[in-house]
Amino acid sequence: MDAVLEIDLPNRCAVVQPGLINLWLTTAVSDRGYFFAPDPSSQMVSSIGGNVSTNAGGPHCLKYGVTTNHVLGLEMVTGAGELVRIGGKAAERPGYDLTGTVVGSEGTFGLVTAITVRLLHTPEAVKTALATFASMTEASEAVSEIIASGIVPAALEMLDAAIISAINASIGKIYPDAADAVLLIELDGPRAEVEAQAERVATICRRHGAVSVTVAADEMERALLWKGRKEAAGAVGRLTSSYLLQDAVVPRSKLPQIMREMKAIAARHRVVIANVFHAGDGNLHPLICYDDRSAEELERAKQANEELLGACIALGGSVTGEHGVGLDKAKNLPLQYGEADLNFMFRLRRVFDPAGLMNPDKLLPSHPACGEGFRPKRPVLPAGAWI
Amino acid sequence: MAAVTPDIDDLRLCVHCGICLPQCPTYRVLGEEMDSPRGRLYLMRAAAEGRLGFTETFARHLDLCLGCRACETACPAGVPFGSLLEATRSQLAERGPRPRAALLCRLLRGMFTEPRRLGVMLGGLRLYQRSGLRHLVRATRVLALAPRLAAMEALLPDVPSAPALPELIPAQGRRRLGRAGLLTGCIQRHLFPDVNRDTARLLSLAGYDVVVPRDQGCCGALELHAGFLDDFRDRARSLIATFPVDLDVIVVNAAGCGLAMKEYGRWMPGEAVVAAFAEKIRDVTEVLVDAELPLGPLDLTATYHDACHLAHGQRIRAEPRRLLGRIPDLRLVPLTESDLCCGSAGVYNLLEPEVADRLLSMKIDRIAETGAAAVVTGNPGCLLQIAKGCQERGLGIEVVHPVTLLARATRRAVK
Repeated sequence: MDAVLEIDLPNRCAVVQPGLINLWLTTAVSDRGYFFAPDPSSQMVSSIGGNVSTNAGGPHCLKYGVTTNHVLGLEMVTGAGELVRIGGKAAERPGYDLTGTVVGSEGTFGLVTAITVRLLHTPEAVKTALATFASMTEASEAVSEIIASGIVPAALEMLDAAIISAINASIGKIYPDAADAVLLIELDGPRAEVEAQAERVATICRRHGAVSVTVAADEMERALLWKGRKEAAGAVGRLTSSYLLQDAVVPRSKLPQIMREMKAIAARHRVVIANVFHAGDGNLHPLICYDDRSAEELERAKQANEELLGACIALGGSVTGEHGVGLDKAKNLPLQYGEADLNFMFRLRRVFDPAGLMNPDKLLPSHPACGEGFRPKRPVLPAGAWI
Repeated sequence: MAAVTPDIDDLRLCVHCGICLPQCPTYRVLGEEMDSPRGRLYLMRAAAEGRLGFTETFARHLDLCLGCRACETACPAGVPFGSLLEATRSQLAERGPRPRAALLCRLLRGMFTEPRRLGVMLGGLRLYQRSGLRHLVRATRVLALAPRLAAMEALLPDVPSAPALPELIPAQGRRRLGRAGLLTGCIQRHLFPDVNRDTARLLSLAGYDVVVPRDQGCCGALELHAGFLDDFRDRARSLIATFPVDLDVIVVNAAGCGLAMKEYGRWMPGEAVVAAFAEKIRDVTEVLVDAELPLGPLDLTATYHDACHLAHGQRIRAEPRRLLGRIPDLRLVPLTESDLCCGSAGVYNLLEPEVADRLLSMKIDRIAETGAAAVVTGNPGCLLQIAKGCQERGLGIEVVHPVTLLARATRRAVK
């Protein structure tokens, strides 16, 4: 299930099977000047089916939107066993926007068997800059002002000192070693616009205390900066044997505040928290490091994790941005949704999957607080059904 | 004690990010987590921590690994997968005998790693190929009864007769770059004697006095990969003993041998002689890349396949391409996924012909779409495997070692 079924450039779309690796789609069309915009950091590994399932984001979703903005249609086998086609190549369709409902449903509605995705034209110019700051707070303030000024960078990523050291250990010294925080800022579009915006972004960064602002000299340097960023979660293996990777979101304007709180939480629980995240979206990716041979350390990491999620919610944020809920964060959904909201979602799930066969226990909590009437029951399956 | 315990701290470097998965040839073919580097590391760690026994299932997933090290190239955390695999295999070998291990033993001890015995055997094979017996065997399809034997039979090219190289080939011209030892290898010596002859010729043209110890044996790489560490160390030490200590470099033209020899020190720590020998090991393309060579034109479209143990193991990618790029009129066209294993992997294609054939088929698809008339690669295993694939598809593509083209170009040079 990993084939490209159709490439339809006149209509700027492609039909793919769910197992296709995200990056392979862009590779298949890049020589003709197109790309698939959603680019989760795992794009060299993750499948488009998985991206659809979690409504994945990525660095470039700041400008281009998340996966759901790039899915035009789906073919799916529902939990009730019906083969249905949802949406399609045509831009306007009558009826419910079921594509938007299914994208991000984490397999709880059915099995997606084909996906029609939007392809975009490669922009005329791309410029990637690296701004170095002496503190996360200053970098966060620069992020707020860049967005407030009306500029929409293609990507606006923040990396802290711990991540920088891991990346540099992994692929060579490509990020400034001594920095407490760097912003990786990418601008794309018509050449003249990109040039003008780059000037303004550099000025804003300097105003907020940037020690230096440098621009990638060529495509090779640019690719290396992105390689470092995209492989960051793996490079952290050089710092720690294990980590809890979170995906919480805060309103962008609260970034400086959550950074301060995170520092306090890390100190309180004596854990290292490394940060690499989509600053432009306020989508945090704290990696809470722990030694997996120490139960006590794992416990401290878990406590820091829960406190951090609580702090994000208190600031008006979300428990997850783009990684999905799964089993891990289902218990946290009541922090964000009321009982009626959750019950409504349970009822929707049952429309697609009346018997509760599809990815049971994922996405929605089975806690009584969410309504006894809609607690998903373990399905009774005939022997061997899973094989 | 032969076995080495894999380093638990090396195993703990893996944080399960998964970047290795699409780079792993067996994961690409089999699609199972346990047949991916991440899955194998998880299994190796469980075994090393005593949470998993050395079961048949465990051994099977490790057996299926090609040992190509593409995962090392991909890994941002720097997991030394190759040495972890070899250490774990040494533990498995000690717990043997398993059917596959026994077969491996017979293959390795009986044939490949004994250059002289290989020579006698291949002499017999030459007779088989030329007497009409091969025709009979292929026509009757009798080998369909023994797939592994069939794999071996299909792989072997016509065996050339191989006169030994002189023990000293002096440098030509006035330049003197030093004394270079030459490893003649096992497969290379008997199936590709021209590659050794051309290597020696190019080195002497470049300004090296080439020393070819006549009684040199096998480097032991195949035994290392199989986990037979005692045999491997014996071979390594005797090989080292046959080379004079005053050489400036020791040149290897087989990617797999070169990698194993560069890593000798890891398996024989604290032995100064071993470390000094390993320090001198160079792939032939590393030595020749900047050498002055009289290169005449070759009107040829060629593509380059990265041998795993050159690209992933020794991180040598640019040198062979730069060298080929120096040949006038030669057009080097890119090969998609040039560093994905062709399925050869030492004796893997004999032990696991099904997986090897699927990888070979993917490789030949990519080669065919380049339109090249020649595929160039720096390892005898890849040469055999890819030549077999091209032949089966009826593609008239020449499969050659880089030194073959370089030597051909020197013969076209204006004197």
